[in-house]
Amino acid sequence: MNAKEIIASRVAKELSDGDLVNLGIGLPTLVANYVPSNIDVFFQSENGLIGLGPTPDDDEIDKNLTNAGAQYVTLKQGGMYFDSVTSFGIIRGNHVNITVLGALEVDAEGSLASWIIPGKLVPGMGGAMDLVVGAKKVIIATTHTNKGKPKIKKRCTLPLTAYKEVDMIVTELAVMEVRDDGLHLLERHPNATIETIIEQTDAPLIINHVKLMEV
Amino acid sequence: MNKRIDKQAFIDKLKDGQTVMVGGFMAVGTPEILIDWMVEANVQDLTLICNDAGFGDKGIGKLIKNNQVKKLIASHIGLNPYAGQRMSEGTLSVELVPQGTLAERIRAFGAGLGGLLTPTGMHTLVEEGKQVINVEDKPYLLETALGADLALIEAKTSDHYGNLIYDKTARNFNPVMATAAHEVIALTHNLVKTLDPECIVTPHVFVDALVMEVHDER
Repeated sequence: MNAKEIIASRVAKELSDGDLVNLGIGLPTLVANYVPSNIDVFFQSENGLIGLGPTPDDDEIDKNLTNAGAQYVTLKQGGMYFDSVTSFGIIRGNHVNITVLGALEVDAEGSLASWIIPGKLVPGMGGAMDLVVGAKKVIIATTHTNKGKPKIKKRCTLPLTAYKEVDMIVTELAVMEVRDDGLHLLERHPNATIETIIEQTDAPLIINHVKLMEV
Repeated sequence: MNKRIDKQAFIDKLKDGQTVMVGGFMAVGTPEILIDWMVEANVQDLTLICNDAGFGDKGIGKLIKNNQVKKLIASHIGLNPYAGQRMSEGTLSVELVPQGTLAERIRAFGAGLGGLLTPTGMHTLVEEGKQVINVEDKPYLLETALGADLALIEAKTSDHYGNLIYDKTARNFNPVMATAAHEVIALTHNLVKTLDPECIVTPHVFVDALVMEVHDER
């Protein structure tokens, strides 16, 4: 498995039967490929649907059926469409069990930066600010570093998407949880030593019992 | 009651400096032909309200590429290279709004409210210049209502009254925008005699004019 596959398969283990889950664009989308077959999970796409099904074959594409990343999708049984007001009522109103999002930076307090690099890149926040504030559990799925530069910081340096809202961080090296007393290292990938993880993390880690990551 | 209008009648409603809301999410659910007619009419100095900037050659992106837009209020502009470019050049001003806040600001206007209180954007750049109001010890941002002169929306099917239903994820911002402009023009792909009253998404009272794509595309 490559780094992204390790991350996606580990995040998928956080899903429970009946969960409503929103996956961000990019890496988080891969989580859908690893949902255990014995549970029923509903994926929301904030442009207006719950019940994302498998990617359509070319001859099944419907140009009016896309996800929030503008990719063609399908709707599974039990799924439905709604407008943007309802969609964000679901999100902001605390009805989404888990949201999985990427990050430019995430910090030991659970703050996230993911929408702007001033002077360089200004794509906009889209639905990310609402998702991070509104979902019951916020999981950040990201590579541990950006080409060797730590993404996990003591404090974010880039403008925030949200302040103190992140619950869990899953990388190809480790699983970390944000608690009131700081960032706890809970699991490490079998090939990653605790020393490596400390070295590649720009935040103090609280280390007690570190389990091996199941992927 | 006849709400049908043709291309010329649509173009006659356009004016320089208008604020125009356009439905669609990354151009899915955007009334493309109405955007094409706006490009053709070459109206200037528009303020556009839309979820995103579309693509370079799709959705409202075409108006940005053609330099007709003075200001864009949207949640995301990343897929239209012209938007970033015009913004850096200083010819386009962009107000980025969290997507849920954008939807709710539009809803507030259409529902006769002055604004709304939301936790989204607290402790971020979105908070700048806004009032923070505490409700039961929890802080919220005061976001103001957002309306427009014109709303352009896309429906799947309409009856002659202008009751509307939509198509899958092409629904998105269309129903709420239909409530929040002084004049609402809907592009419809089918015109039927009757719709099931239980299934109507946008009541006809919100819709001022209908453009029928098949008949008016000539």
